[in-house]
Amino acid sequence: MSYAYYPGCSLKGMGRSYEESLLATFRALGLCLDEIDDWNCCGATAYMSVDEDKAIALAARNLAIAEPAGKDLVVPCSACYLVLEKTRKHMREYPDTRKRVCSALEGAGLRYGETARIRHPLEVLFQDVGVEGLKKAVKRPLKGVKVAPYYGCQIVRPFSNFDHQVYPVVMDRLLEACGAEVVYYPLKTRCCGGSLTGTIEEAGQRLAYILLHEAEKRGANVVATLCPLCQFNLDSYHESITRRFGQVSVPTVYFTQLVGYALGCSYEELGLGRHRVPARAALEGAETVAA
Amino acid sequence: MGFTVRQTIKYEAETDPGFAPLIKEKRGCEKLEACIQCGTCSGVCPLSIYMDHTPRQVILLTRSGFRDEVLKSNTIWLCASCYECTVSCPKDIKITDIIYSLKQEAIRARAYPRGFPIPVLAKEFYKMVRGFGRTTESFLVVKLLLKTNILAGLKMWKLGLQLVKSGRFGFVPESIKNRGQLQQILERVGEGNGTNGGPKK
Repeated sequence: MSYAYYPGCSLKGMGRSYEESLLATFRALGLCLDEIDDWNCCGATAYMSVDEDKAIALAARNLAIAEPAGKDLVVPCSACYLVLEKTRKHMREYPDTRKRVCSALEGAGLRYGETARIRHPLEVLFQDVGVEGLKKAVKRPLKGVKVAPYYGCQIVRPFSNFDHQVYPVVMDRLLEACGAEVVYYPLKTRCCGGSLTGTIEEAGQRLAYILLHEAEKRGANVVATLCPLCQFNLDSYHESITRRFGQVSVPTVYFTQLVGYALGCSYEELGLGRHRVPARAALEGAETVAA
Repeated sequence: MGFTVRQTIKYEAETDPGFAPLIKEKRGCEKLEACIQCGTCSGVCPLSIYMDHTPRQVILLTRSGFRDEVLKSNTIWLCASCYECTVSCPKDIKITDIIYSLKQEAIRARAYPRGFPIPVLAKEFYKMVRGFGRTTESFLVVKLLLKTNILAGLKMWKLGLQLVKSGRFGFVPESIKNRGQLQQILERVGEGNGTNGGPKK
């Protein structure tokens, strides 16, 4: 199977280990990701706050570039996923907007259709590989890994194309298939604080604290996420959060790092060494099985 | 011995009757009037405890024309776009989209609270994408800290150092190849002001 791939800016920057682990995981499963040519920033929440029309045009350019390949478009970052879906919806519901954006794109030699399906890697693994398919591919079961599955907001809201908006389970099933123990984590779609962790620290970091503290309280030794901003927020501020609100120590990794690890990819290949809070101890059980 | 009363809130005569119609014309804000003030949005909002007006209040204030109160409130900037209110609203009001429109108006009118870093971040992000077609997080964060709070930036040295060591801090700005094409598209789409231009019936 081959997919078109839109990485987004974060996966080339702070979220580098997400891309590394995503590519390694897909490779291990025999799936191919073709990065689309000369993609631009999706605009995220920030661009939308300044000029929404231009934000839509920005996102539509990516879709117009991706579509000619005739493949599903895999979008791993939650913000990118939401913006591309939102653009689709606005283009469908507002003919005037569509006309203006299409004509701007056509002036630059691009055609906006509505052909490519926008898909998250979680959805691809769950639907195209399947729980059974994944189970068969596991080489190093995640024994002793107690994981809090954290989805964050923007992958399920407001466009929940493959799972529930408040209590999704797709990642739970995939991690279980990898041999991990998934702890009960009802906060799985609560906001991580977004960019507030760096701008309004008291508010933003409190949200991150609640998520980390609750994960620990429920017995998790690692939090799994699927968004570069969530991963950054839950991994980068442990000292400051501990000082402000209370002790936290649990590491946060991408779900692709856990799946990839179960598939036999190495610690380095998955970018597990790039995070601030190391996850090595949480993965010890899996190591023992492998040996 | 006179008994004096003081006016604590505005009367209708002091509000802006054009404000609600302006917002209602924007994409996703069409159902502004449908709000029944149930407060579900404020209840599910993870940030409402920090807001000066809760989301429910912002909807009513907007609808009633309290333009300045709404545009100057910290609420619209504390909204982290988690869409919890939007999916929970029993009247299907896209509250997050309404808040986006209010952010756009606040930036246009330069009405946001002084020294508030979030609109500054939004504007720097916007400029970077217009120029390069991509964002480089490291440059963005450094720019934001220089413009708002250098001291806080210095306090983050440990985090910065770790990002550099782990290869996550970009030193070269990311850019697309065809910047001219992107700028042409953005130019051509024009300033639509977020107006819906009449939704599909």
